[in-house]
Amino acid sequence: MTSNGASGRPPPIGLLAELTHRCPLACPYCSNPLALEPREQELDLGTWFRVFHEAAALGVLQAHLSGGEPAARRDLVDITAAARLAGLYTNLITSGIGLTARRLAELSEAGLDHVQVSIQDSDPQSADHIAGYRGAFARKCELAHAVVQLKLPLTVNVVIHRANIERIGDMVDLAVFLGAGRVEVAHVQYYGWGLRNRALLMPARAQVERALAAVEELRQRYHGRIVIDAVVPDYYARYPKPCVGGWGRRSLNVTPSGKVLPCHAAESIPGLEFWSVRDRSLADIWDHSPAFNAFRGTSWMKEPCASCARREQDFGGCRCQAFALLGDAAATDPVCHLSPDRAQVSALALDQQNAPYLYRRM
Amino acid sequence: MSEQTTVAPPIAPDTRPRLPHGVRLVHSEAQGGWVLLAPERVFKADAIAADIVKRCTGESTLTEIVDDLAQAYSAPRERVLADVTVMLRGLAEKKLLEL
Repeated sequence: MTSNGASGRPPPIGLLAELTHRCPLACPYCSNPLALEPREQELDLGTWFRVFHEAAALGVLQAHLSGGEPAARRDLVDITAAARLAGLYTNLITSGIGLTARRLAELSEAGLDHVQVSIQDSDPQSADHIAGYRGAFARKCELAHAVVQLKLPLTVNVVIHRANIERIGDMVDLAVFLGAGRVEVAHVQYYGWGLRNRALLMPARAQVERALAAVEELRQRYHGRIVIDAVVPDYYARYPKPCVGGWGRRSLNVTPSGKVLPCHAAESIPGLEFWSVRDRSLADIWDHSPAFNAFRGTSWMKEPCASCARREQDFGGCRCQAFALLGDAAATDPVCHLSPDRAQVSALALDQQNAPYLYRRM
Repeated sequence: MSEQTTVAPPIAPDTRPRLPHGVRLVHSEAQGGWVLLAPERVFKADAIAADIVKRCTGESTLTEIVDDLAQAYSAPRERVLADVTVMLRGLAEKKLLEL
């Protein structure tokens, strides 16, 4: 019996392991926090080994090895082996930069289950401009090829925004050409770096509508050949996304320095107390950390969420978004059409400007 | 087997179904049973589904798998074949199985 069984709460399924915040790319919508954690604070291999075992004991099934760029860790192969040894399904989320075909083969030997490579655009020049790294596109394609050569399953992740939204079809075609079994069409989320660059990234409503229609058409065209996962972008949605499947409900995120967060952006909410794997076990943190319990369940909700029929379906949406836009992390996610603040989101979506990106830097 | 009545396109009897690289069936004590793990996805598998998937090793043919299951569950072979076909087709469509 785990501690979760005792509390009657279902166990978590996924662990997002941010191995480092170091990354050669500088994407202006990076999901890492504005305050990036330096190399000196990164957890060592031994601690990750313990964290993976504690995660598996807690019920976690999949470890998403992410960053920053996880390949910036010299011990990535050992970390991957440790996760696999703990019984976890290992998913490498990489920019593709800094990962040679040889190291990829070592990762495969170590039991890596799946690779996700991000592609910034189907147009090489635009892709390199978005990533802030010349030659990134070509190297990503090479890595994707190496993944497929090793018979590892490949997901291509494309982050959609105004500069590439008209090329969704080309990007999905590219994913198919590269041999991906799955493609994630992810619209920019406006937290941290994305929030800073919001007016530069925000697509127009007409573009979003064309993109949604394009995805439907692509799903039919590629049925059975590639799995297409796509969602409606927040600011144009009718209902909010069930962020991380509900706060403290399905997943945990360990930062490079060992802080455990309910979601990768949770530190943007002031006043939350996060516990570290340096001081406590993962089970203790999952059950008792004040940050995890802050928005668990439905008792923290206000109206219109509190009496909403969908309250256990979308869990009030995203706490970070409620705070970012309204200054109140317990408010209904204002992208919901039932939120009294929805008009504000629609107005923000109209703020579209052209200027140089504020790139993500350490 | 389940009360499934859906009809799926037949699968050649000498097909040797197998899980592709990146798809694994594991038993999780904490999750309370069998789960099929795939890229960014997790599927709970009941005992019968797990029994079918466990046999999809790339070694056994569909005929052998169905014979084996029909015996294990003392169920009519045609019924087992129909149910297994529906399930394997469904998994293959989601890229969780190679036929």
